[in-house]
Amino acid sequence: MATTVSAGRAARRGLSLSQREAVACALFIAPAVIGFIAFAAVPLGISAWLSLTDYNLAGWPDFVGFANYQNLLADELFWQAVRVSLTYAAFVVPLWMINSLGLALVMNQPLRGVSVFRTIYYLPAMLSGVAISMLWIWLFNSRSGLINAGLQLVGVDGPNWLGSADWALTALIIMSQWSVGWYLPIWLGGLQGIPTELYEAAEIDGAGWWRKLVNVTLPMLSPVILYNLVMNVIWAGQLFTEPLVMTGGGPEFSTLSYVLYTYNNAFQYFKMGHAAAMAWMLFLVTMLLTALVFRSSPLWVHYEAERRGT
Amino acid sequence: MITTSAPAETERVVPRPRRRQRGRLARALSYAILITGSVLFLAPLVWQLTTSLKTSPDTIRFPPVLISTPPAWENYPALFERFPFWQYAWNSTMVTSLVIIGTVLSSSLAAYGFARLRMPGRDAIFLMLLSTLMLPGLVLTIPQFVLFQRLQWINTYFPLVVPSFFGSAFSIFLMRQFFLTLPRELEDAAKIDGAGYGRIYAQIALPLAWPAILAVALYTFVGTWNDFITPLIYLSEKELFTLPVALRFLQGGMRSRPEHHLLMAASTLAILPCVLVFLVAQRWFIQGTVVSGVKG
Repeated sequence: MATTVSAGRAARRGLSLSQREAVACALFIAPAVIGFIAFAAVPLGISAWLSLTDYNLAGWPDFVGFANYQNLLADELFWQAVRVSLTYAAFVVPLWMINSLGLALVMNQPLRGVSVFRTIYYLPAMLSGVAISMLWIWLFNSRSGLINAGLQLVGVDGPNWLGSADWALTALIIMSQWSVGWYLPIWLGGLQGIPTELYEAAEIDGAGWWRKLVNVTLPMLSPVILYNLVMNVIWAGQLFTEPLVMTGGGPEFSTLSYVLYTYNNAFQYFKMGHAAAMAWMLFLVTMLLTALVFRSSPLWVHYEAERRGT
Repeated sequence: MITTSAPAETERVVPRPRRRQRGRLARALSYAILITGSVLFLAPLVWQLTTSLKTSPDTIRFPPVLISTPPAWENYPALFERFPFWQYAWNSTMVTSLVIIGTVLSSSLAAYGFARLRMPGRDAIFLMLLSTLMLPGLVLTIPQFVLFQRLQWINTYFPLVVPSFFGSAFSIFLMRQFFLTLPRELEDAAKIDGAGYGRIYAQIALPLAWPAILAVALYTFVGTWNDFITPLIYLSEKELFTLPVALRFLQGGMRSRPEHHLLMAASTLAILPCVLVFLVAQRWFIQGTVVSGVKG
């Protein structure tokens, strides 16, 4: 019945059923495809071209070849920005991984009130941006901030966090850990997917919690670890709002992150070519990271098979 | 608690109590970690709120006072006098609402197409869209600015709102995951009744997909409400500012002599909608993270 009715309709329009479905599909995805072309593909091409030009938003871009890239590689501030972002990532990523996995392991026990703790840890991850940066400026205040007040109570003279070239980046690293809860649901989802038989088998073999962690939990979590690692690196590389609002990249460029310097090039100095070149270099590094994910695909395949089996 | 009989006790005197003790110790340690952590995680928010209710001299007292007695409620009216908070909040609300509508509409359409309708090359297109998630925002921000500037879109909300009506890769991905789980029979039944694809989407798939729609709306809300770089780049007229840019302006204006109680009042109000929305809807937030995380 059904097929005769719709087949009859389709025949009237001269289209087969599958053709009709394909047309409908094309219409459904059309806005997204147009958006992809207009706001991603074309801009990507434009930015590649801009990176080879000298352009200050007035007039027309002048083609200069690879001069922007050469200038940047000879620019001390560029390397400072690379250094700041790498240092930040080198500390923030391992801290995020260890702290969030540690919390998840603690919370993955049959404890009462776990849902309350989950709410508390997850909430700050939802809060970000200017309002939160303002809050942390106040917490890091050298004289009356909560952090130095706390340190004073245990007899430590806190540094002038955001006002000191030695401590400003450390302050941003400390602040980053406030959003560690973002990864909790992902870890907990992974942990709960590990079959309990594996732990029972390990216990029969006399394994303590450390052996169970190293020999069962971590290997079984490896796809999640990989995913979180990649996301962490990408996130750490995006550092922008906090230094812009909290330090302006200072003191002495100690918090001038890569993205902040790119933004400065584009919208403070109006060197769009330089900024586009920086953005493209970041893009290439991200592509390398993606390649890394694909090279570890055997892990993912194993994982997907596991999932489908259950 | 398991009550063990006497003979069993004597038989295994050594291992049992020790193990139980160790379990108790582990539990106590876990609670100690979780509670210490919670205090550390909540302290900034508590400090923000209480600072906003302190008199100016109380903000810089040592040892710090938790709160002024009586609380300085007058800080909030004082803030509103110097800072048109409600206007900026209204601007933010308008932009955020439009972006949520645009994202949900366009992304659910695309997600439905990608999940339920067949077309040659469909999956390749989907992968292409998905690959934009890997792009650092900056690669697109700069050329988009050049583009929108040529379109005379500076100091309008168009650059903030229009792109959302053309889908977002993350939202499409999240909703597609959800549509994939719906049973085929639902659509078949509707087809028997002679419903077209548009009607099946609007009357069957969409109402069923509300958890996914909610998750997308929530993420879009938090992301847009807090978005800083887009309004910062495109808006220079004060009346158009969204809250984050306005806050930055307020903070920048006080850099030489900051009035922390007023700044904290402003930032408390700015994050309040996010906190409330999160507390009410955290279940869907968490679901969204898991879907995007584990299957990503």
